[in-house]
Amino acid sequence: MTQRKVVLVDGLRTPFRRSGTDYLGLTSYDVARAALRGLLNKTGLTPEQVGLVVMGNVVQNVSTSNVARDAALGAGFSHRTPAHTVTMACISANQAVVSAAEAIRSGQADVAIAGGVEVLSDTPPQFPLVVRKRLYESQRYGSPLEYRKLLEGVSLSEFVPKAPKVAEYSTGETMGESADRLAAAFGVSRSEQDAYALRSHTLAAQATEAGKLEADILPTAVPPDFNLLTRDNTIRADSSPEKLASLKPVFVKPFGTVTAGNASPLTDGASAVLLMEEGTAKALGFAPLARLGAYTFVAQDPGEELLLGPAYATPQVLERAGVKLDDVDVIELHEAFAGQVLAVLRAVESDAFARAKLGKQTRVGDVDMDKLNAWGGSLSLGHPFGATGTRLLTMAARRLHDEDGTLALVTACAAGGLGHAMLLERVVGAR
Amino acid sequence: MTFFGLETTGDVAVIYFDQEESRVNTLSTAALREFAEVLDTLERDPAVRSAVLYSRKEDSFVVGADIGEFSTFETPEQVVALIREGHALLARLERFPKPVVAAVHGAAVGGGLELILACHYRLASGHPKTKFALPEVNLGLLPGLGGTQRLPRLVGLQGGLEMALTGKFVYAKPALKMGLVDALIHPQGLLEAGKAAARGLADASLKRREPKHDWRSRVTSTVLERTPLSRVVYAQAEETARKRTRGNYPAPAKIIDAVRTGQERGMEAGLEAEARNFAELVFTPQSKALVHLFFAKNASEKNPYSEARPVTRVGVLGAGLMGAGIAQVSAEGGHAVKLKDRSLEIAAKGKGSIWKDLSKRVGKDRSSFERDLIDARIQPVEDYGALADADLVIEAVLEDVVLKQQVVRDVEAVAKEDLVFASNTSSIPIHEIASASKRSGQVVGMHYFSPVPKLPLLEIVATEENPEWVLATAFAAGRAQGKTPIVVGDAPGFYTTRIVSLYMNEALLLVEEGVGVREIDGAVRDFGFPVGPLTLLDEVGIDVGAKINGVLKRPFAARGITLSSRGEALVEAGFLGRKSGKGFYVYDKSGKKGEKEVNEALARFVGATKRDASPHEIQERLGLIMVNEAILCLEEGVLRSPRDGDVGAVFGLGFPPFLGGPFWYVDTLGAPEVVRRLEGLERQYGPRFRPAALLREHAKQEKLFYS
Repeated sequence: MTQRKVVLVDGLRTPFRRSGTDYLGLTSYDVARAALRGLLNKTGLTPEQVGLVVMGNVVQNVSTSNVARDAALGAGFSHRTPAHTVTMACISANQAVVSAAEAIRSGQADVAIAGGVEVLSDTPPQFPLVVRKRLYESQRYGSPLEYRKLLEGVSLSEFVPKAPKVAEYSTGETMGESADRLAAAFGVSRSEQDAYALRSHTLAAQATEAGKLEADILPTAVPPDFNLLTRDNTIRADSSPEKLASLKPVFVKPFGTVTAGNASPLTDGASAVLLMEEGTAKALGFAPLARLGAYTFVAQDPGEELLLGPAYATPQVLERAGVKLDDVDVIELHEAFAGQVLAVLRAVESDAFARAKLGKQTRVGDVDMDKLNAWGGSLSLGHPFGATGTRLLTMAARRLHDEDGTLALVTACAAGGLGHAMLLERVVGAR
Repeated sequence: MTFFGLETTGDVAVIYFDQEESRVNTLSTAALREFAEVLDTLERDPAVRSAVLYSRKEDSFVVGADIGEFSTFETPEQVVALIREGHALLARLERFPKPVVAAVHGAAVGGGLELILACHYRLASGHPKTKFALPEVNLGLLPGLGGTQRLPRLVGLQGGLEMALTGKFVYAKPALKMGLVDALIHPQGLLEAGKAAARGLADASLKRREPKHDWRSRVTSTVLERTPLSRVVYAQAEETARKRTRGNYPAPAKIIDAVRTGQERGMEAGLEAEARNFAELVFTPQSKALVHLFFAKNASEKNPYSEARPVTRVGVLGAGLMGAGIAQVSAEGGHAVKLKDRSLEIAAKGKGSIWKDLSKRVGKDRSSFERDLIDARIQPVEDYGALADADLVIEAVLEDVVLKQQVVRDVEAVAKEDLVFASNTSSIPIHEIASASKRSGQVVGMHYFSPVPKLPLLEIVATEENPEWVLATAFAAGRAQGKTPIVVGDAPGFYTTRIVSLYMNEALLLVEEGVGVREIDGAVRDFGFPVGPLTLLDEVGIDVGAKINGVLKRPFAARGITLSSRGEALVEAGFLGRKSGKGFYVYDKSGKKGEKEVNEALARFVGATKRDASPHEIQERLGLIMVNEAILCLEEGVLRSPRDGDVGAVFGLGFPPFLGGPFWYVDTLGAPEVVRRLEGLERQYGPRFRPAALLREHAKQEKLFYS
């Protein structure tokens, strides 16, 4: 039996908006619902045709912890379509894609939707454990007098809810601190980071103006005002080297190098892709964008190399596919921090790194910057944790067509020291 | 250059501290003189506008003074002169026209800390390996490179005094908070940040910030430290020091004196007091004893055997206090531990007690996640089958030879061929336990001290049958557990139990003579033991003591020494010590601290007529009987060296550190004097005080244990 091949038929995303702006007041369910419904509307698929929905999500709303299912139902999908939510930090949507693709490969589904959502505007505040324990016990209190016990021996300040930190559980280090450290370890200077951030914003602004993102972005109107949103509000088109240089480091003060200007912003948004078994796509009359190729997930010590996953994942997928970095026409590399991107590039381009960490004699290859994130990246387009993966995938596929390439590499790092890479092959003759 | 390397990029010079042929950097006269040359070079080079001081050693900045150099000192005048030279150099650094930034990753301790205190800006890595301390007090000394002056000026009187008087480590974040360092960064960015700071200081774009103290410490520092009320701070510090040292350690008072002189009469007078006090302290017997112990402990930690086999999986039998403690230090040392007891419930409780103990350090030098990693290595089990893959099994079951022999057979029924079986017995001869084994050469003693996570000593008991690899493996496992091992012979009571049982026996005899419990404990604590013998017996359990006496009774009787049988009578009457709520003292259930009440019921039970004994009598009888027995152990070959004897007595039994251990103490007093005193005691109290032949030989030939 020949292996069933999986194709990316189409994809879209809501506009990515800074947290605390347009999607404030919404939950991940709302934004995911918009993306899922949008994909049905755009492709003309009937709900019954979808065999599986998988969504990635990081900061969960406890009311909709399986947000894939709740959002699919809310979007009018069939209640007979199974749906599940996966979480793998910033590569959650990549994991959703792989979960859906494997379901197709193994014949459990012919048509599946994979995506991701993040609404950091709806980050649940946390009480310390001692307070949570008291509150739980208070459910059993009989008389009002017993509520005294709620506060006994606990400082009132403990009852002030706190926002969870974007910190690594095992090390306590925030991601920004780790990126700052990583950049220093690879000798990436502040000005290099700022320059890369500027590049990302400039390219994103150019791509937006040129209309290259329109195929991807689902015009979205949300309550209460239903103003139509068609663009990302994360891109700083007016940025300049001087402005970036004037920003103070936010994570490692005062001598660190990561600033708000060279880090990806906290972002809300959702994205989704339509995946099909290749024959099914043909039979249903769809013209796929790309075929899913080799993929891998990797993991490193989060205390040492939290954000270096792409430097490990990239050589693995290239080797599995039997291709070289030069054979890749389009690279979509997740930009958590400018310093992280540049550290990854240095690692990929380093013989010493290849010898010490990859057990290879020579470097993975040299990265042609023209191929890298030509329409901007997470620094400029924003980074809704759970949704970035499918944004990267769709953008890579569109760029293959736009730039007349054949092979695309999608790769990303994630909290926990995790990493992912996947190859996409343009489907010839389509579109 | 031997100590420093200099590299200049643009207008910033980097002074690399990189001591040749050494894993760490230390400060010595030679290093300081070379540093002076570095300053000369920097001063002359017009291109250099600022500098960074940075260590090239892995995870280590400067670990302190070269302690070996102290033994070359001959006169106080010479020491004062050397210190003045050091002071002058650091004063030059402090007033150096080009700013010098200290960029610290790893430990900056003692002279290392004093060196950076004279720099113009202190930058540190926020790494857990980065820590600061003035540990000179632990060697009976004071910080002699301006530490008593610059530290209180930088961080305030209270914080400065505390560091100098306790020798405690201050980690990166608290160091930032107290103003000891100016900024933190990750180790990877430290050098570049150091250069940035140096440039910033040179062009005045960077100012040292005033540490943001909270209002409480601000109030205390202004009210207490900058007014005549500062007397209160000194008085309090003196009082605490007096309580802690019971007058046995001269260093704390000298530290306070140097700090106070500097605060009240200025830096110059303070430095002069520091130099003078250091020169006095370095020649005190207390400091010499403490320095001796420092080296003895370090030397004990080197494995004298080769061919250790790797230990990754450890089985611990018995999940009580002892077993849990052993399991804990094993897991902390990276071993995968199976903690076995009769039932899974009991084993799980043992694991729970470990978790609680591990949690005490969370938030200090360990995160809750690191605690979890250690916890995850411990698996409670109830079947011997779980020990099939163990490399080392340590039994901590009840002190009963028949039970221990059974345990050996049960373990061997499932274990690997090359298993090392260790018994944590305090008195049962190992060869008796080993007689139950098919591979008796692989049975060894590993005697731990309670509480195991706190007490550093491990007594490894070697039988005549043990091949070298077994001893090497036990030693290496003990080192992984963080222990300081000594290797002793398999004679009754080994070393520590044997000398402590005579000492305890003497305390019991005093009780029988009608001497007060509190008087005995107090006199022994004044002598320098951390706890009195009767308090200790209550803690260990009077029944446990009686059981040990049972084992030792016969060998002692052969020497004409009758052990008090009072212990057994006390046990029968229900006086078991703390665990039964009554022993020599009364223990109420609340377990609150403070002065315990003496148990009058026990005194009535003993029924002796009260008599007074001078502290001197108590100290002589308890101290010398232990010392004499230690020498006998060396004479008989139970001990392999005086060093082992000193390390064992101090780190296992709390023998006064300022006396340096039994052997060092004899050398200090002089063997003839010790013989004279023992003979006096023998005449009065009998043959148990008969001086050891080896001691007599030393007295006759005026020989030293350490020459």
